[in-house]
Amino acid sequence: MPIETDPSPAFAEYAHPERLVTTEWLEQRLGAPGLVVVESDEDVLLYEIGHIPGAVKIDWHTDLNDPVLRDYIDGAAFAALLSGRGISRDDTVVIYGDKNNWWAAYALWVFTLFGHSDVRLLDGGRDKWIAEGRPITTDATTRPAVDYPVVERDDATIRAYKEDVLAHLGKPLIDVRSPEEYSGERTTAPAYPEESALRAGHIPTAQSVPWSRAVAENGTFRPLSELDAIYRDGAGLNDGDEVVAYCRIGERSSHTWFVLRHLLGFENVRNYDGSWTEWGSAVRVPIAIGSEPGELPR
Amino acid sequence: MPWENKEIMTQTLPDQMAEIRDEFLAVDEKSRLQLLLEFSMELPDLPARYADHPDLLERVVECQSPVFIFVEVDEQGVHLHATAPRESPTTRGFASILAQAVDGLSADEVLAIPSDFPQMLGLGRAVSPLRLNGMNGMLQRMKRQLAARAAV
Repeated sequence: MPIETDPSPAFAEYAHPERLVTTEWLEQRLGAPGLVVVESDEDVLLYEIGHIPGAVKIDWHTDLNDPVLRDYIDGAAFAALLSGRGISRDDTVVIYGDKNNWWAAYALWVFTLFGHSDVRLLDGGRDKWIAEGRPITTDATTRPAVDYPVVERDDATIRAYKEDVLAHLGKPLIDVRSPEEYSGERTTAPAYPEESALRAGHIPTAQSVPWSRAVAENGTFRPLSELDAIYRDGAGLNDGDEVVAYCRIGERSSHTWFVLRHLLGFENVRNYDGSWTEWGSAVRVPIAIGSEPGELPR
Repeated sequence: MPWENKEIMTQTLPDQMAEIRDEFLAVDEKSRLQLLLEFSMELPDLPARYADHPDLLERVVECQSPVFIFVEVDEQGVHLHATAPRESPTTRGFASILAQAVDGLSADEVLAIPSDFPQMLGLGRAVSPLRLNGMNGMLQRMKRQLAARAAV
């Protein structure tokens, strides 16, 4: 049985308030049957130096990525992963992590590829939990293994491949990287030189909306009115639009995907996980340079 | 596994570096991560004499978290000092491995360290190759600082 949703008024205006929980809500329910807390971080050892009591760790690089194919793990591997972590198909999963929930949002998006229905984000992530002095432990979490079913990954609904993006050109694209990456001044994010591409710039016609604009000073998501101002008034998105978001490797754009899909309620949003590391190095795809979206290639 | 092939394993390393490598390769992958965590906790604070000299510290931009290094050479040889936030245990672990690996070596010995030393520790799968690049960046910057100093 899914756990009741967080009735916090802070979430009430969002299209899908059931996708967020507050730190307070979570602390009150730690240990509840049917609730599993998952930590997903950029730093592969951060969980080990302290995590929410009872939380299990899922790492993007070592757990969710296929080690050979540049792709996510398949249904059998996902089933094995979740079974081993003691997560059942009908469990309520709350994910949190470092870096404003980048990797948590990424994990949530991957859970969604496999159709795990009740998966939520901890608003404010790991930093807010710790800043508020809530419990942290280094005790290992042991959950009895369960039998998670093998479910085929659905790549059609919320994921875009490069070919999908080419076919999508002319419809709204959101580039969530830094302004310097968008304009082409640099091929990598300031602190991530290893995630590079051969060319610098952006996908023609993409609007630049850095992911961090969706986040308030305290690390929580901005209220709906402010998100509307950023994505509807600012980036020109309208109800019914099909939208593709991308970044460098698909993690920051998972964060924006969450905002567009679950907070603003756009029904048709896809994350292009190949993102700039693929597009900026691919043969025979157009790019645009500079701070303007640019024209579609003829 | 490609990152553990025989060729790089037999490459000559200073004894203290070979010991660290062997320590990692002797245990399974899960334990290697634990070992990295132990290294991260052993990273000493920056010596007080450098704490007030941020100008001496070089940012390792290859690392995803803010880490700064400074290479010192005295009569005992080379010393690597590094500082990184507590919330970046992986980066701290990388810095700590390198600091222990080079401590007391001569500048020439450090300059001769194979550039793929980070890949010799069998951490590729437990940490991911992308993250390991951070340690490569640290190693390269350390060597560059030493080379620049030797050229003066």
